[in-house]
Amino acid sequence: MQNHAVLSEKFNADEPRVNWHDETLWWVRQKRDRAANQIPEWEDLREMASGIKNNVLSNLSGYLIEFEKRAAENGIAVHWAADAEEHNKIVLEIIQKHGALSIVKSKSMLTEECHLNPYLEGHGIEVVDTDLGERIVQLADEAPSHIVLPCIHWKKEEIGELFEKHLGTPHGNSDPVLLTRAARAHLREKFLTARVAITGVNFAIAETGEFVICTNEGNADMGAHLAEVHIACMGIEKIIPQRKQLGVFLRLLARSATGQPITTYSSHFNKPAPGQEIHIVLVDNGRSRQLGRPDFRSSLKCIRCAACFNTCPVYRRSGGHSYHTAIAGPIGSILAPNLDMRNYADLPFASTLCGSCSNVCPVKIDIHQQLYKWRQVLVEEGFAEPGKKLAMKGMATVLSSPGIFRKAGSLGRWLLRRMPFVVNNRWNPWFKQRDMPQAPKQSFRDWYIQNKKTSK
Amino acid sequence: MNSREKILASVKESQPEFSALPEIESRFADTVIQIEQYCSVLQSIGGSVHIVNGEDEMVTVLSKRFGGNAKKISVGIKSNNLTSDFNLNEDPHSLEDTELAIIRGHFGVAENGSIWVTEEQMGLRALPFICQHLAVIFFAEDIVSNMHEAYNRIGNSTYSFGTFIAGPSKTADIEQSLVLGAHGPMSMNVFLLRQ
Repeated sequence: MQNHAVLSEKFNADEPRVNWHDETLWWVRQKRDRAANQIPEWEDLREMASGIKNNVLSNLSGYLIEFEKRAAENGIAVHWAADAEEHNKIVLEIIQKHGALSIVKSKSMLTEECHLNPYLEGHGIEVVDTDLGERIVQLADEAPSHIVLPCIHWKKEEIGELFEKHLGTPHGNSDPVLLTRAARAHLREKFLTARVAITGVNFAIAETGEFVICTNEGNADMGAHLAEVHIACMGIEKIIPQRKQLGVFLRLLARSATGQPITTYSSHFNKPAPGQEIHIVLVDNGRSRQLGRPDFRSSLKCIRCAACFNTCPVYRRSGGHSYHTAIAGPIGSILAPNLDMRNYADLPFASTLCGSCSNVCPVKIDIHQQLYKWRQVLVEEGFAEPGKKLAMKGMATVLSSPGIFRKAGSLGRWLLRRMPFVVNNRWNPWFKQRDMPQAPKQSFRDWYIQNKKTSK
Repeated sequence: MNSREKILASVKESQPEFSALPEIESRFADTVIQIEQYCSVLQSIGGSVHIVNGEDEMVTVLSKRFGGNAKKISVGIKSNNLTSDFNLNEDPHSLEDTELAIIRGHFGVAENGSIWVTEEQMGLRALPFICQHLAVIFFAEDIVSNMHEAYNRIGNSTYSFGTFIAGPSKTADIEQSLVLGAHGPMSMNVFLLRQ
C-alpha cells in the first residue's frame, strides 16, 4: 500500500545512504542560510513577498484577466485548462497541429502533476526532459524526488553506470564534469532537432503579459529559442501584479532554493520571436478549490523553491519518493490532500510539526500549522488510518480516567519487569528502533504517598 | 460555460477578502555604484571580469584565448579581426558551431553579478545560449546595486525578450558537484568599459 510510512521504511533500509541523503540536503539548507544572512533586509523581503502574494490571491481573477489581455496583445496565445486532463489535451493538440513527433521539455512541476509525459508518450510523442537532473531520472524511468534537485537521491557512480548504458560514457567513470559534458552533447542534438519546446513558468506579470523562467542550465532557453513553437505551462497562482515585484521574488528565489544570489538565467518572455509561436496554458486543477479553503489557501503563495524540503528532518530522512506525489516535502503535504484526500491522507501525518519549514519559507506560508489543520480535516472526513484511530481512542480512554490510568501503569511496569517479551517484539512499533524504558519499582504517585507521610 | 469562464468564476467565488499590495520599501533602494562587489560576486559564480578602456582592448584579451578558425560572432561591436558580423537572417540552428559570441549588455547588478541583456543586443535569442563561450561588454558606470534598482532602471521599457545572465551556464545535479557549462556557454567573460 502506498503510504509514507511504508515507503520511507523501504528508504531507511540503507542507513548509510539515508545519512548521506540527510547530510547533502542539510548542506543545501546551510547554503541558503549563508545567502540569506548576507541580506540585512532578508526578513523584510519575506514579509513583502508574503504581502504581494496575499494581494494576488485576493484579486486573482482580476489579475488573470489582465494578464490574458496583455499577453494576447503581445501575440501570445492564451489557453485555459480546468484540470490536468484538459491541460494534456491542449498541449497534445498544439504539438499534433505542428506535426512534431519529438519534443523537449524543461522543468515544470505542473506537467509532472498532470502526468503529461506518459500522456504524450501514449500518443506517440517522444518527450525529452532537458534539465540534467530530470534527464537522469527519465533515463532511469523514475520520478524526480525533489522539485529543484531532481536526482538528489542518486550517487555519481550510479549516474556513471546509467550514462554508460544510455550515452556510451566510459565504464567506471563517475567524474561529474565528464558526465555533464556527455549530457551536454546528447541534449544539444535534441535541442537542435525539436520543433516544439515545453517549459514551465516561474512568474507571470499581469501588468505586461510577460512571463519569466529561471534556470541555471539554460535548457529552457535552448529549447524555446530553437523551436518553432514554445508552450509554457502555468498554474494560475503563479501571477504577480507588476514587473517591479520581480525584484523581490528574484532576490528570494535562488537564495532560498540553492543559496545562489540568482539563477544563471532569468528570462523574460514578452513576445514571440519573428516566425515563432508562444502558447501559454493557464491551469486550475484544484487550485481554485484550494483558494476557497480559508485555512489552506495561503499554500498557493508557493514559489517552488524547496527550502522547506531541504530543512525538513522527515523529508531528509525519507526521500521524495516516500511522498508518492509530484511535489513532495512539507509544501507537497499541504497541497496534495486538496487534490485527493483519500490517497494523500498519510502526508500531513508524515511530520514532527517542528515548524522549520515555516521558518524558511520565503513567502511565509504557515506550513506546519496547515499540516496540523489538515490532520483535523482528514480525521473528520474519515480518512484516518484505522490502527491509529483505535490507538488514539484507547489512549483517550486510559488518560481520561485516573483509575484506569493507574491500573494500566502498574500492569505495564509489571510486564516490563517480569515478562518483557510481551512488549519487546515486532508488534510494538516503539520497539522497532528504540529500547523500551526501564520500569521503575513504583510509580511517582505511589512513592509520593508513601514518603510524604514520613517527611517533617 | 467554457473552461475560461468556469475557472474565472470559481476563482472569483473563492478568493479571500481584498488584501492591499504592499509598496516596495524605498529603503531597498541603493544608488551607490558597487564595481568591486560586482566583480567579486561575478567571479564567485564562475565568470571572469576585465576592466578595459575600449573595445580594442577587449578584442586583444579575447584573441589570446580564442584563436584559429572557430566561428566567432559579435553583435553591436565595431568591426575587428577576431569576429565576423552577425547576420540577422540566419537560422538560429546555424549558430550551433559558434565558439565565441560577443554582445553588449545594458547594465550589471552588483548583488548577483548578472547583466541585463535584451533581444536587439543578442541579434537572435539563441545566440547567448548556444555559443560555447560568451563575452559581454557594458559601461562600468552602468552597474546598479540590487534587483530593485535593476527594475527601476528597466522601468516600463518594452522588449520582446530580455534576460539577466549571471555567469556561465552551470549545474550541480551530479552529487552537488558544480560543473560550469551545462547546456549554455561554458565560460562568461565580462568586460567593463571605462569611459
